[in-house]
Order: sequence, then structure tokens, then C-alpha cells
Amino acid sequence: MIGLGLGGLVLLMAAISLFYTPYDPNKMEISSRLQGPGPAHWFGTDQYGRDIFSRVMKGAVNSLAVGLIAVGIGMGLGVFLGVLSGWYGAWLDEMIMRFMDAIYGFPAVLLAILITSVLGPGIKNSMIAIGLSYTPLFARLSRGNFLSLKEREFALAAKAVGRSGLAIAWRHILPNTFPILIIQGTVGFALAILAEAGLSYLGLGTQPPDPSWGRMLKEAQTFMNLSPWPAVFPGLAIMIAVLGFNLLGDGLRDILDPRIKFIKS
Amino acid sequence: MQAYVLRRLGVLVVTLLLISIIIFLVMRVIPGDPAQIILGTEANPEILAQVREKLGLDRPLLVQYLDWLRGIFTGDLGWSFHYDLPVASLIASRLKVTGPLAALALFFTIIIAIPLGIYAATHHNRLGDYGIMIFSQLGISIPEFWLGILLILLLAVYAHWFPAGGFTDWGEGPLLALRSLLLPALALGVVRAAVITRMTRSSLLEVLGEEYVRTARGKGLAERVVIYKHALRNSLISVVTVLALQLGGLLAGTIIIESVFYLPGMGRLVILAISQRDLPVVQGIVLFIAAVIILINFLVDLLYGLLDPRIRYD
Repeated sequence: MIGLGLGGLVLLMAAISLFYTPYDPNKMEISSRLQGPGPAHWFGTDQYGRDIFSRVMKGAVNSLAVGLIAVGIGMGLGVFLGVLSGWYGAWLDEMIMRFMDAIYGFPAVLLAILITSVLGPGIKNSMIAIGLSYTPLFARLSRGNFLSLKEREFALAAKAVGRSGLAIAWRHILPNTFPILIIQGTVGFALAILAEAGLSYLGLGTQPPDPSWGRMLKEAQTFMNLSPWPAVFPGLAIMIAVLGFNLLGDGLRDILDPRIKFIKS
Repeated sequence: MQAYVLRRLGVLVVTLLLISIIIFLVMRVIPGDPAQIILGTEANPEILAQVREKLGLDRPLLVQYLDWLRGIFTGDLGWSFHYDLPVASLIASRLKVTGPLAALALFFTIIIAIPLGIYAATHHNRLGDYGIMIFSQLGISIPEFWLGILLILLLAVYAHWFPAGGFTDWGEGPLLALRSLLLPALALGVVRAAVITRMTRSSLLEVLGEEYVRTARGKGLAERVVIYKHALRNSLISVVTVLALQLGGLLAGTIIIESVFYLPGMGRLVILAISQRDLPVVQGIVLFIAAVIILINFLVDLLYGLLDPRIRYD
């Protein structure tokens, strides 16, 4: 429930920011720069006098978009390769899985560095990079599930009545892997928000003037001795979002996958 | 065992080769022309042609790859355009910052996580356990670079106990050098400690429920002996494995944290190399880190079997 509450709060903030923010997130007002939190500016202002609360709200959109698309890329590609690998087996399985092992050697940041060094920094390329780094995880997960499910009675029955391999995979086996994919997707979503923030901090993710939590922290660091607030609230927003979706993933695991036993406190 | 090691070694070699192919292809194929990337879109065609020739880009792709691969085996990772130095020596010079930073972070991870995990497991369902689990959940969710910034804010800007950034070279005194690595290592260590604390707690709780622990208690052994002599050793097997796997993540983590603390390590070198379009440096460092991570995973696989005699290799 806490996860749902925190995740919902971030989603709500992002949704509202599409129609309304207290101030224009990119509007500079030098006369009111580096102000502390107060009634006029709830989270204070940054070095250009921009309202931090409005920028944190708008930054949520970027973070959620990266999380959603990166997980989409990782899950789409991973499930496709995992099913292909599990269904055909033999040399194709070996080839795909070795390739996945190789990509698994790259943490998201490293892969993003490789990709952005060539394609250039930007939100689109960071989505691709984070998404690609998730592919092996989803591929392994769906392959493992697929291998065990394809020997189950319902899959064998579908085969016996003459359904094609693709139909069995698509209509019978894949829906059975959804719960585990949803759980992993939620946790992956939280990690993607973390990875995007890191990339934006390094200047490889969302580019200015668009607000991004990671980039806001980078900019705030220079003025930290004058005002600490710009370095506090964006970080807090990242933590709340990641915590929320992590807890949501844990909760979903409890609900959707009764086979996994936890040592409950 | 021998057959298993050989088989895993084979997989390791194939994986490393695949990694080298991925890096090579990403750097050479996707955008088209590395020479253009280095010189920019306004570059003179003649100079572009000269750079292409210098880089060997006018040769067939396979020849370029094999040449690069041969270089890797002889320790030649390429030549930096910006520093006009071999990439391998640049990496080696930056490792004196990144290596100790990762080691210190691992040290912090262990000294924070293991005692907290043991305490939580032995005080199961009590206030201390709940507190530690909240710490763990928050630690997993906190970005390490933000923790770094908060540490700078509190311990450098306000308390003046530590430098806010930069690195004092080992030559000027090991203690001063260590002092400049302390905060970044703490930021890296705390985040990883959150994961390991959970792992230690759940692993120890699982072992404490085993029959041999009940037998030890039934024999009348003191609780301290039961926990530290019988339960902990077995529970730490999986913890050590995860800890070793965290080493790879630590190396990647140093990339961001070195930027937060302006440390002249490998991570900062690669970020600067991107802005300077120094592709051989980016290529070399990414290959180096990926190879280290794959190697660590391989060693962990073997370590697991050595630590736990119940594991049989077929």
C-alpha cells in the first residue's frame, strides 16, 4: 500500500504537470534566485530563480517516460528473444543466450556511455541504452518460464490438437508468464528511474532546458554552499519514486506469485 | 570439477569475444563515421580522409576488428587523441584512484552490512529489525550520487571535516589520499550495504531454521556459539557470492561518484573522453570494465563451489 501511495503520488504529480505547474519550470527570475522554501516557492528557487517545485513536477514526466519506454524496450526485446530461444532451443538458444550474457556484462550506465558517446547524449538514447541493458534479464526470465511451461499439459494439449508453434507460444504460454514479467517490469521501472537520474547527472540523459531530477542535482551542486535546497528536493523526489515502485514490485510479487516464499518479518 | 571449470572458461572466452564485437560494432557501425564524430560535421574532407587512414577506417571491417583484437591481447587498447598517450597507460594511471575507491567502498559495505544483517536476524520481528529493514529499503532506493552530494553538504560544506572534492595524490601522503576517498567510498558503500544487509538477514534467518541449528541449541550450546560458529558461516556463503558480484556494479558506480567528487579516476576519464570525442579511450575503458565484470562473475561461480562443499559440479 505504501508503494502504491508513493508511486501514485509521483504519477499524479507528473499527470498534473502536463496541464498545470505553479510557475513556468523554465522561466528564469534572477531577482528571486536561490531562495529557500516558502509560501511563494514551496521548494525554493534555483540559481536562475526558477521554481524548484515546478521543475520537480515536470521532471517526473521525463523520469516516468524513460522508465516506461526503457522497460518496454527491455521487456519487448527480451521476451521475444527469450521465447525464440526457449521454443527453438539447440544452436539458436545457445547463440541468443551467449549474446545475452555478453550484454549482461554491461551495467546500464556503461552501455549508456557506449551508446551516447556515439549517438550523442539525450533522453531518447538513454531510453534505448537502459532498455537494452534490461533485455538479458527479461530474455532469461521468459526463456526459463517458457521452457517449463511448454512441457505442461495445456501446452501439450494445444500441440496435440494441431496448433502451430507460434499460436501456442502467443496464446497459451506467454499469458502465463505475465505475472512474473509484470513484477520484474515494476522493479525494472524503479531502477530505470535511478539509471536515468544518474545519466542526466552525468549530462548524458535529458538535456537542458528540460528539467530532469538528475540534471537539477548536478546544477545545484555548484551553488550548494549558498543554498542547499536545490540539491535536496530533486534527490528526495528520485528516492520517493524509486522507493514507491520498488515497494509496489514487492507487493505485486506477493499478490501475483504465490510460489515465491518470503521470509516475512 | 575440472571439466566444469574448462566449460565455464570456454563460455568466458566466448562472452569476452562477443563483448569485444559489440563494443567494436557500436563504435564503428551505428553512426557511420568515427572520423566525423571526432572532427565534427564541419570538418574538411581532406582532413577527414587523413584521420580515416590514420585510424585504419579505410580497411575492411573484419580486418579492423582483428587488428583491434590482436592489440587487446598484446595490451594495446588504442591511442588517445586528446592526451596523445596509449589508452592502456591512461587506464593504469587512473586505476590508482578507482581501484582503492572501489576497495574502500567494498570495505564500508562489509562493515556496515554484515553486523546489521546479523543484528536484524537475531532480533527478528523486534524494533531493531524493523529499523534496519527501513534503512535497507531506503538505501536501495537512494541514488548514490545524491547520497554523495548530501555527504558533501553535511560533512564538507557545513562541518568542514572532509574536502568537498578532488584527490590528494598518494605521493603526498597515503592518509591524505585516503581522506579524499572516504566520502565517495562511503556513498558507494552505504547503497550496496543496503542490499547486502537484506541478504545477510534473510540468509541467516533461513539457516537459523535448519535442523542442525536446532540440534546445536538442543545440545545446550550458548546462543552466541550457535549463531557465530554454526549458523553464520553457512549463511555467509550466499552473501559472499552476492558481495563479489557487487564488485562489478561498484566499478560502474565509480563512474558517477567520481564525477560528484571530481576524482581523477577511470570514471571521470571516460566522461571527459565522451565530451572530448576521444573514442579510443571510451572504447578501451568500457571494454576494460565489462571484461572485469565478466571475470568477476566467472570467479564467483568457482568460489561458490569452493565455499560450499555441498555443491557438486557435473
